[in-house]
Amino acid sequence: MSVDEGQAAEKPRSLLKEIDLRAVAPFVALALLLVLGALTNPNFIGIDNLANVATRSAFVAIIAVGATFVISSGDLDLSVGSMLAFVASLMILFMNSGAIADPHLMLAAAVAFAIFAGAACGLLNGLVTTLGRIEPFIATLGTMGIYRGLTTWLSQGGAITLRSPEIQNIYRPVYFGSFLGLPIPIVCILVVTLIAAFVLYRTRYGRHVVAVGSNRDVARYSGIAVDRVRTIAFIIQGLCVAIAVLLYVPRLGSTSATTGILWELQAITAVVVGGTALKGGAGRVWGTICGAFILELVGNIMLLSNFISEYLIGTIQGSIIIIAMLVQRSLTRKS
Amino acid sequence: METNAAGQRTPVLAARRISKSFNGVQVLFSVNFDLQPGEIHALVGENGAGKSTFVKIMSGFEQPSSGEILLDGKPVRLPANGQAEHLGIVIIHQEFNLAEHLTVTESLFLGREITRFGVLDRKRMRAETRRALDLLGSRIDENAMISSLPVADRQMVEIAKAISKDARVIFMDEPTAVLSKEETGVLFEQVRKLRDKGTSFVFVSHKLDEVLELTDRVTVLRDGQWVKTAPTAMLDGESIAQLMVGRELSSLYPAKREPDVDEEIVLSARGITTGFVRDASFDVRKGEVIGFSGLIGSGRTELMEAVAGLRPRHSGEVTIRGVSMSSGDAHAANRAGLAYMTKDRKSKGLLLGSRMAVNLTLQSLDQHGKLGYLSPKSEANALARAMRRFDIRVRDGRVVAGRMSGGNQQKLMLAKVMETEPEIIIIDEPTRGIDVGTKQQIYHFISALARAGKSIVVVSSELQEVIGLCTRVAVMREGRIVGWLEGDEINEQEIMRYSAGLKKMAG
Ligand SMILES: Nc1ncnc2c1ncn2[C@@H]1O[C@H](COP(=O)(O)OP(=O)(O)OP(=O)(O)O)[C@@H](O)[C@H]1O
Ligand SMILES: [Mg+2]
Repeated sequence: MSVDEGQAAEKPRSLLKEIDLRAVAPFVALALLLVLGALTNPNFIGIDNLANVATRSAFVAIIAVGATFVISSGDLDLSVGSMLAFVASLMILFMNSGAIADPHLMLAAAVAFAIFAGAACGLLNGLVTTLGRIEPFIATLGTMGIYRGLTTWLSQGGAITLRSPEIQNIYRPVYFGSFLGLPIPIVCILVVTLIAAFVLYRTRYGRHVVAVGSNRDVARYSGIAVDRVRTIAFIIQGLCVAIAVLLYVPRLGSTSATTGILWELQAITAVVVGGTALKGGAGRVWGTICGAFILELVGNIMLLSNFISEYLIGTIQGSIIIIAMLVQRSLTRKS
Repeated sequence: METNAAGQRTPVLAARRISKSFNGVQVLFSVNFDLQPGEIHALVGENGAGKSTFVKIMSGFEQPSSGEILLDGKPVRLPANGQAEHLGIVIIHQEFNLAEHLTVTESLFLGREITRFGVLDRKRMRAETRRALDLLGSRIDENAMISSLPVADRQMVEIAKAISKDARVIFMDEPTAVLSKEETGVLFEQVRKLRDKGTSFVFVSHKLDEVLELTDRVTVLRDGQWVKTAPTAMLDGESIAQLMVGRELSSLYPAKREPDVDEEIVLSARGITTGFVRDASFDVRKGEVIGFSGLIGSGRTELMEAVAGLRPRHSGEVTIRGVSMSSGDAHAANRAGLAYMTKDRKSKGLLLGSRMAVNLTLQSLDQHGKLGYLSPKSEANALARAMRRFDIRVRDGRVVAGRMSGGNQQKLMLAKVMETEPEIIIIDEPTRGIDVGTKQQIYHFISALARAGKSIVVVSSELQEVIGLCTRVAVMREGRIVGWLEGDEINEQEIMRYSAGLKKMAG
């Protein structure tokens, strides 16, 4: 065989092989959904509607980015929905306390406070799982109850509402405003994802996450501080929840005992739909974002079309995670 | 080729022009092979020659890309995933195949449970398991969880499982790689007994002395191609080695070099005690190669893991260059320049689902960028360097570690540890699953490291290896160091005497 022939034969094969089905599948699904949506309702494909969908997916998308870290490192965090409600309630109560007179300063302090609270909640999850040596499923099931219960207690079963109209006025644009023509929540998604992708794919910590998620023993024998890597992943999850809180509070200005219910299901679904392996070891941040869009799009299509009741949204999302798992498995077998 | 030496008898199993490609990369080229009833047939070749792949094809675990398999002279398509067992074809994989969460009995009878009135007959299965293990002279508890067993015991369970299946053909892919001499001896006895009853064996091994001792015929593969099939009696170790690598091999072991008596002591372990190891002490000087010998399960790995900070110690002290290391602090030991290479490459050494570069740099990521950032280019360079230096051979550079041939995985793991540029290296079973040609390279490599002033501790169950490389050898038995050998004392008889408990250190 001549050299030329060899190279000619080489090229198409390597191109095809570069395409990892698991990485591409969620984007294909997204494209199909867009087509389906356009067929059901002409308003669907409009830029306003799509921007709207993306904006509304921001909370789950940002939380799911954090979940990508936790899941890649081989853990699971069920407490994110409750954590969001708890941190948001704390933040509003902090602003209502009137500890600082100047509304700008007050808001800045509240933002810092929320970020701190999110990180602390994540740290607690991390320590309970690693130091306590409790299965993450059980540990975060426990903290899920704790954060939810605390929220209910803080709100005395009712709602917690931001009282100061000045702060509300300053804060509102963070959710409703736009930057360079893009709604700020979308900008937030992009920035958070870019940072997360950089950390996961281009840094030592990201490599450690993948190693710990693939095989803890190998990681340990390679000199990686396994418990620290896992705990930091939980803290990253807490920080992501805090960022979601920062977007959530200006939207409604209030929280209640039912805030963020079932968001852990949505976040985990987004991660799995995005192609991250639930058993750890392979994280796909952009896939996660795609998964979050898919979830929100499905809801939107259900709303715009009339053939399925929107009250079935939870059912549909639950089905999606099961289907995603089946698809993932069949793709893994083939490759 | 019609090398049917036995003439008119129909082979039980035969391969005709078998080829195999993975993702367009060909690894087997038109291989012919036949297996007579009641023969033990060795399959040898360099790492990556395609032995495991061939064995998997012949037992139905992979399908050939082309060619044909004959069972009793008739073409068959072997059913996948171990279903070929029903045809009497059983395989002992190079990769362990046992589910971790089962007990020994459960795993032996997995998929063929004995029932009585529709209920599992646990008592009988336990008794059968005991019998199978006793036949192999193994004292493994039939109720133990697989996950609690060391590799050697797992291998024994795998073997017991295969042998208890009443097979016509048994493929054994490097079954003795993790076994002690005694265990190997017992295994061979059973193999010969079964052969005399008509069972055929295919024996894949890099231990050429075992090939010569056990087998009737030898088939050599090189780079995926059939090279020769000949009666074992007509060959010797050297000629097999030459057929495998296609060139002549010079001496396996480089000349030993003793360090100066007053050379600095870089690693000192005093009175190390863990769950099993009792009061073990040793020193290593700069530029020295010392060996640890002993039976499998004598506590060598546990001692080394305690020294490397991978396992807590109950008492005792480890100092590296005079600095005391706290118990269970692998980080501190790493930073002080000590590296440990595990013998358990599948579950502790490599990320099987990740590519070579990820594995290679995992322990030394600091070198590949600043402030936690990783430079892909620097990692690629490191990989290219390591592949040259350790002669890692893969047909496809993007293959994940789990798909590499066993020996090349071993080389990758060694390369990974060396990436940390350690001053003191503890190598547990340096050449497990490695072909003779590469073995020689690794021995010369170790000796070159020592000459460059590094200190090396070699833990090995291969006596020849310890004898050929080390200037001082410790022998362990039941968790204690029972003897130290130097100079001419380092020979097989002495080591065996200590490890069998026939001799003890004075004082
Ligand atoms: N599933 C697979 N996908 C891609 N390549 C593979 C796969 N299995 C084996 N290979 C490649 O096939 C070649 C032969 O591998 P094989 O495991 O058969 O070698 P071997 O002779 O058993 O070597 P060793 O002595 O090191 O065990 C290697 O280059 C290996 O990387
Ligand atoms: Mg092999």
